[in-house]
Order: sequence, then structure tokens, then C-alpha cells
Amino acid sequence: MKAIAWHGKHDVRVDNVDDPEILNPRDAIIRVTSTAICGSDLHLYDGYIPTMKSGDILGHEFMGEVVETGAKSTLKKGQRVVVPFTISCGSCYHCGKHQYSACDNGLPADNQDIAQTLYGQPMSGLFGYSHMTGGYAGGQAEYVRVPFSDVGPIVVPDGVDDEKVLFLSDILPTGWMAAENAEIEPGDIVAVWGCGPVGLFAVQSAFLMGAERVIAIDHFPNRLALAKRFGAETINYEETAVYDALMQMTGGIGPDACIDSVGLEAHGFFGDNVIDQIKVSTFLGTDRAHANRQAILACRKGGRVSMPAVYGGFVDKWPLGAFMEKGLTLKTGQTHVQHYMPGLLAAIMEGKIDTTFLISHRMALEEGPQGYKMFHDDQDNVTKVVLKPGTA
Amino acid sequence: MASDDAPKSASRDGDAPIARAVTINRPRAELYAYWRDFAKLATFMENVERIEVIDEKRSHWVVKAPAGSTVEWDAIVTEDDPGALIAWVSGDGADVPNSGRVEFRDAGQRGTVVTATIDYDPPAGIVGKVIAKLFQREPAIQARRDLRRFKQLMETGEIATGARNRREHEERDA
Repeated sequence: MKAIAWHGKHDVRVDNVDDPEILNPRDAIIRVTSTAICGSDLHLYDGYIPTMKSGDILGHEFMGEVVETGAKSTLKKGQRVVVPFTISCGSCYHCGKHQYSACDNGLPADNQDIAQTLYGQPMSGLFGYSHMTGGYAGGQAEYVRVPFSDVGPIVVPDGVDDEKVLFLSDILPTGWMAAENAEIEPGDIVAVWGCGPVGLFAVQSAFLMGAERVIAIDHFPNRLALAKRFGAETINYEETAVYDALMQMTGGIGPDACIDSVGLEAHGFFGDNVIDQIKVSTFLGTDRAHANRQAILACRKGGRVSMPAVYGGFVDKWPLGAFMEKGLTLKTGQTHVQHYMPGLLAAIMEGKIDTTFLISHRMALEEGPQGYKMFHDDQDNVTKVVLKPGTA
Repeated sequence: MASDDAPKSASRDGDAPIARAVTINRPRAELYAYWRDFAKLATFMENVERIEVIDEKRSHWVVKAPAGSTVEWDAIVTEDDPGALIAWVSGDGADVPNSGRVEFRDAGQRGTVVTATIDYDPPAGIVGKVIAKLFQREPAIQARRDLRRFKQLMETGEIATGARNRREHEERDA
């Protein structure tokens, strides 16, 4: 089969590889019909994520048709499913509490060592996201082996277009959980750093949860315009001093809840960011966290900070003092996708949430490498690339 | 004497026995029953090639060692408390004299805490220990990974693999 494989920094290729097979009773094989490139795939593309190996198949936002099932899969051949990016067993203590991304058993035993060393405990597996997360082949391919297919993939009704439901795999639940973690109360003012897909879905979700105003922060005009479409007020940080603007816009109080959906590759020419970049390039620190620092400083006293953005390692000069003195609450985590899928599928079917606005580019799987380059080089106009296997 | 309540195996003393604990979301009787059937241990103990059960108390272990060799011994069950504890010791003439015990303790709604302790005399002493570590056949690493596999098998009915297909599975296992 054909698949998009990582071969190094800024080097992804279309490889011909042997097909996946059923290995465990709960597995299923999915023929991929739509698969997206995620902003977090750019962290891999830029070489920020350790434990990648040449030839690793990328992709964790995908859906398709069930073509083969293991003895204990509950799926049926021919069903259309969206696959969560988190690989979770459904039977451990954490899955029982619906903390799917904290699953004890999604990672192969040998791959758990790195996460255990870095994070204290191993986390769930992830598709196509390095060997630290299990070394699972990803969904930017014609076929994928999907473990725990009896508890992960959600069956979508016939006749519903791929593009309406594809983002149930990651970014829609991630944006929703970001807003949920911000514990929004009616009348709140919510600030969202980063108007990528997660940030834009967080904007929509925050309004659905009762926020009175949402302020969206980015430097890409096109992305800010999308946020505005959903009712957000916008701040372009290249033109505006963000802290000063937020203070004025909130009458000197600060936003009640702040959502950092930027993460470890914050852009922008700020003092702390430059220091972070030097440290990253000299391996003294791994993560750039400008947006996160700004969120903590701007947040109102006793407010909430929600962090859906991906951080992988360590960060320096984090304003722990401001965080403590103001009595802030921080909630974060990889998304418990399986927990949110059914409710969000219903919201899509009822027309409460729109996801298709996001897709700016549709390409054949074989055009994946150009898709990566375009997304990387022009994040203003390229908001989402969806690859369609079998259309070349 | 240690001045705290921590388990001995967490001591900074290098000669402390190797012990690992894992919580498994299954009843302890079920976990004990699976473990007590020694022939099944090879399912999740990666470096165990096979275990032949000789009688109620004795079994013959064939275990992978560094550089493609194997080591063998007979193990004799010294303590057996159904649902709670199994302890064994290697018999005379073992290639690597060793002993082990596994305990099963109720953990309420979390299931069962399984604690495995292994004590062994590595071949050629400390040098053997270092070599074994290089080949990742060092018992501390093995015990940790084996317990994770045991947990996966008991909780999910299978052992997780990141491989795409059988060919890749064999490559990663090698």
C-alpha cells in the first residue's frame, strides 16, 4: 500500500510498504477514505518530537471503511468509522473513569519505559506519533491496523459526508475538552491563544457552553477572520500588545478563562521566545511556551487556564509565582477522545457544530508531501489539508 | 535498618532485591490462577522460552540469556497460598540460582495489587549484571515489562503491539 512516511526533518515521502494485518483479536483493518494533516504533525515535520524513526507512517486524524475484523472486534465489514487518535483499551482503571488518554494498556510494554521516565507513568498509545507513543503506524495511508476496535472507532451513519465527521478523530473533541477544562460559566470572558483548528473549535465550544465574549489571539489574518465568523473578538499580536489589549477589553480584570492552543512551537519575536529558541536549538530546553506565559499573566485572579496545546518536555522561566499568587487553576491533558465522540457526533448531526469550514485543501494521498510543505509554509491560508487515498 | 516505611526494593542500596508492583483491574483469584499454571508464564514473560510443569511443585524453566544462549533450571514451589501468594526457588545445579515470589493483594475498586520479587545470583557476578542490562535481559527491566504484559493480558485479553503486520512484529521482537 501507499503511505506517507517520515524520513527526517522536513522530509516526508510517499512510500510503498507492505499492508497491515490483524495481529490481536480486538484489531480491525480500516481502508482509509479521508485523513487530515494535524498541526501537531508539523511538530514531527519540524523535528521537535524525539523517538521518530525513518520510515514511520504518519497521521492520526483518519476515518474509513472496515475491511477486516479480528475475532473479538465488534465492528462489521463495510461499516464506516471515525478512529480516535488515542489508542486505549477500554478495560483498565483509567478507561473505566473515561480518562482514555491515560490508558494503562495502549502502549506496548517495551515502549512504556520512555514515557515512564519522562512523565512518571506511561500514557495511552497514539497513531503515527513516534515510538514513545507506541510506534503505531498512522492513518495517512491506504490501510491501517486499528487496535481495540471494539471500544475506539465510532460508527457513522450512511450518507453522512466524511468531511462532516472526520474531525471527531482529534481536533473537535480536543477543542471541546479545552473549553470544558476552562470550566466556563455563563457571562464569562474567554481568551483563546492560537486560532488553529483546536483554537477555532474551542471558540465555538466556549460560546455553546455559555461564554458571553470570546477573544481570539493569533497573527494570521485569515485565521482571525474565521474566529470572527464564530462571534469572537480578535487580537493580532503582531499589531497589538496582547496583555494591554486584554486588560482594556476586560476592564482591567483579565479574562475569566484562558485557553492555550498554541503549544510548543509558539511563533513571534518576544524576548522569552527568543531565549526559548536558543535553548531549544542547544538542547537546554525542549519547549517554547510564550503563549502559555502570557495566558497566565493575563488571566484574572482565581481564573482558569486550560491547555490543550501539545508540550512534550521541559520549559524554563514559567511564571510559577503569578500562577500561585493569583490562585489560578490549570487543566490540561491529551484528549479523552472516546469519551467525547458520541455527544459531538450528535451535535454535528443536529447542526449545532460546523466543522467543514476548516478544510482549505483537498488532495490525493500521493500529494501528501506537498500538503505538508504548504501547511508548514503558509499557515494563514492553509487551515486544513485533507488527503483522500485512492483519488490520484 | 531503614528509617522509613518504604519497600526494601526501593532502597538506594544496590543489593536490594528487585521488586515491582502493578495494579490490575481483575479479581485476585483469577490472577493467581493464571500465574499458578506455570506453563502459561511464557505467554507474557518475554525472556522465558518455555516452562514445563513436572508436577504440582516442580517445573523446568528454559530462559533466554544474552547472545542467543539459554539458561535452565528446575524451580520448586516453596509457598503456595491460593489467591494470595506463590513463591519458588531454583533447585540444585541451576545455571542461575534464583528465587522469586509473587503476591496478590486486594485493591478495592482498583482490582488487585500484584507484587513480584526476584532475587538472583547473576552469572559472573556484577559483570554479568552489566552485560545482561546491555542486552535488556536484566531481571529488573524484564520484571517491569513482564508485569506490564501480564496486566495487559489480564485486563484486555491481549498483549499490545505497535507492529503493522506479522513481519514487523517479528522484527520488533528480535
